[in-house]
Amino acid sequence: MTEGFENLAADPTDPTHQFQIFRIVPIHIGNLDLSFTNSSLFMVLTVAVASAFLYFTTGGRSLVPSRMQSVSELSYEFIANMLRDATGTAGMRFFPFVFALFMFVLVANLFGMVPYFFTITSHLIVTFALAVLVIGVVVVYGLMKHGTHFFGIFVPSGVPAVLIPLVAVIEVISFLSRPVSLSVRLFANMLAGHITLKVFAGFVVSLSALGALGIGGAILPLIMTVALTALEFLVAALQAYVFAVLTCMYLNDAIHPGH
Amino acid sequence: MSSTGPHDDQTKGMSGPGWDERREALAEKLRRHQAEQADDGPRNNSRGFQGAAEGLKLASEFVAGVLVGAGLGYLIDRFAGTSPFGLIIFLILGFAAGVMNVLRSIGAPKPPR
Repeated sequence: MTEGFENLAADPTDPTHQFQIFRIVPIHIGNLDLSFTNSSLFMVLTVAVASAFLYFTTGGRSLVPSRMQSVSELSYEFIANMLRDATGTAGMRFFPFVFALFMFVLVANLFGMVPYFFTITSHLIVTFALAVLVIGVVVVYGLMKHGTHFFGIFVPSGVPAVLIPLVAVIEVISFLSRPVSLSVRLFANMLAGHITLKVFAGFVVSLSALGALGIGGAILPLIMTVALTALEFLVAALQAYVFAVLTCMYLNDAIHPGH
Repeated sequence: MSSTGPHDDQTKGMSGPGWDERREALAEKLRRHQAEQADDGPRNNSRGFQGAAEGLKLASEFVAGVLVGAGLGYLIDRFAGTSPFGLIIFLILGFAAGVMNVLRSIGAPKPPR
């Protein structure tokens, strides 16, 4: 375990070192490697921090909310309004799902901004799992609620009968591309942002090793690093928002597939 | 002494060509400003970083369509042994799906309902 953490600090200028996954508690079942990794650790931490924050800030339930209580209440209202706008009141049954997704992605993204913390959303498999979960819910709920009528979303009305097979195939590809674009967007934003940040921060380290002139020159990448840090906080919040908005839009297809 | 307010037309010294002109000009300005304000709503959304986020979103929508199309074509080729036609056809269909994704997410042509 310590070996991995030492590794993280060993090479201060390698921009991709921060994404390395290492085992903390090795667990092997058959041929499966189910080890508890640093990624799992930060997922657990993300869930714990998000739940603890919401639990303790809303524990007081004062009529005039404290600062932290209004943060919780604002995030609740934010997601509730978003979901209601996108899907109508029928979609409010998905509120716990969307809110949990939003909080998880938001806290995970913000966790990534803490030095030495692991950014779980910078791994494609994590964001892809979240996106597949969303699309899975859409498909399963759509089929349960509307049966075969759900497949109507692949056949837009008002299309000439000759073109229907072609359009349906394109619609199916478009539908299948949703989890891909949903996950790639979040993953790419986090990965690219963290690499850029690390590269500029690395310039500061290597330039300041060059003596007086280097230290003078290191000011420029330092300014850039500060600016990028601010930008990354914005991106972290924005991507969580985009993820939640698109989840709402896709859920709308499951709730109202009728065209 | 007579100037009690600009709303009072009857007051001496506030009618006359000078005041009327000014009132007209002000009304015109106000109208233009209100029109601008009304127009400003949707434009506000595409400014600064939100614009960049929108651009990235559209790019990923398009790329995802092409990738999924190509992936489907490749799989069909593999299991049906139709190489390379599945890949070619589905790459093109994926391109179409990507364009449709982009158009849909900017909401330009409403999807035919």
